[in-house]
Amino acid sequence: MDIPSVTDANFDEEVLKSPLPVLIDFWAAWCVPCRMIAPTVEQIAESHKEKLKVAKMNVDENMKTPGKYGIRGIPTLLLFKGGELKETMVGVQSKDKIIEIVSKHL
Amino acid sequence: MSAGAAYDVVIIGAGPAGLAAAVYTGRGRLRTVVLEKAIPGGQILLTDWVENYPGFPDGIAPFDLMENFRKQAEKFGAVIETDEAKGIRREENFWVVAGQSKEYKARAVIIASGAAYRKLGVPNETRLTGKGISYCATCDGPFFRDAVVAVVGGGDNALTEAVMLTKFCRKLYVIHRRDQFRAIKILQERVFANPKIEVLWNCVVDAAEGENNLERAIVRNLKEDRTFPLPLDGLFVSIGMDPHTEFVKGVVELNEWGEIKVDFRMATSQPGIYAAGDVADACPKQVATAVGAGVSAALSVNEYLESLG
Repeated sequence: MDIPSVTDANFDEEVLKSPLPVLIDFWAAWCVPCRMIAPTVEQIAESHKEKLKVAKMNVDENMKTPGKYGIRGIPTLLLFKGGELKETMVGVQSKDKIIEIVSKHL
Repeated sequence: MSAGAAYDVVIIGAGPAGLAAAVYTGRGRLRTVVLEKAIPGGQILLTDWVENYPGFPDGIAPFDLMENFRKQAEKFGAVIETDEAKGIRREENFWVVAGQSKEYKARAVIIASGAAYRKLGVPNETRLTGKGISYCATCDGPFFRDAVVAVVGGGDNALTEAVMLTKFCRKLYVIHRRDQFRAIKILQERVFANPKIEVLWNCVVDAAEGENNLERAIVRNLKEDRTFPLPLDGLFVSIGMDPHTEFVKGVVELNEWGEIKVDFRMATSQPGIYAAGDVADACPKQVATAVGAGVSAALSVNEYLESLG
């Protein structure tokens, strides 16, 4: 499943105002662990598509949003619900762990 | 849980050791499956540039190197599955490796599950990870443009990361607990020649502090028994690795650091189970030695299976 990209420009619209909770994956091309976690994020997007919106943001092309949320390490996964930041996961995580954390808010 | 197809050998981990082993078992016409929980390549992918792997005088990008390993293993028939080994058990004449939702059955197993970077174990470390504390300079270095950062450690990896980080930061401290580095000399020369780098000898980190982001490390000089705050934007931890062996505890013998004990043929304490690479006790943490150990393990598997007839 292809994960849609969000940008600084449409972050409010796509993430903060989303009716579904949003899991957003902050990544960059030079970050190998980001590539490691990408297939897991895609699988979760597929298996949870009814209840969860999954998006990604390239931190090279978008600096405002990562700055706003104090991101200084990638991959970072943030979970938003009703416009509020609920969870922060830094680094490569197992699929089970991500699902466990995300499920608390679904 | 579904019982997967029977293989001749299950290789756990698609890093340098596992993929090198797979090239050899594949060429030996052994039905080979390689389990990889993330993407093929292993820890070396976190390195900036590989310049000590023989055969590449100008060095090579780790991703390109490991992509070649993967292609070569697949060319000779190895199947790479995205799965994480959760345990190994004996069932009649087979070893059964349990994955997340599948099982893999074979008469021989090569454990090449590698290692993960070790944490400092100091207050606030977990809370500030991703907020200034990092274990991967190639991933997070670009967040520290014009910043003041420190690297903890004194081995090859620590000094490689220190030099790499000076591309971004304006000042870099190397915090090392001894009065000399164990890293190879060429890396020491680069550190000493770099005007941005200052080495804090005989020092350890006692704590990390900061409200939302890392603001400082509390550093202790062991010789003078003196503690001082070191204002920092970033702290990169490079103090060695812990082997991935939780899933084989009680199956094969481990040494005091949790590494799998192997003999010179890479045999573990269990017949039919071999180990190679960073997870094994006899292996320096290098791509080239992991490859050598993986090949040895593969040859031993070949011999072992032939002896079973």
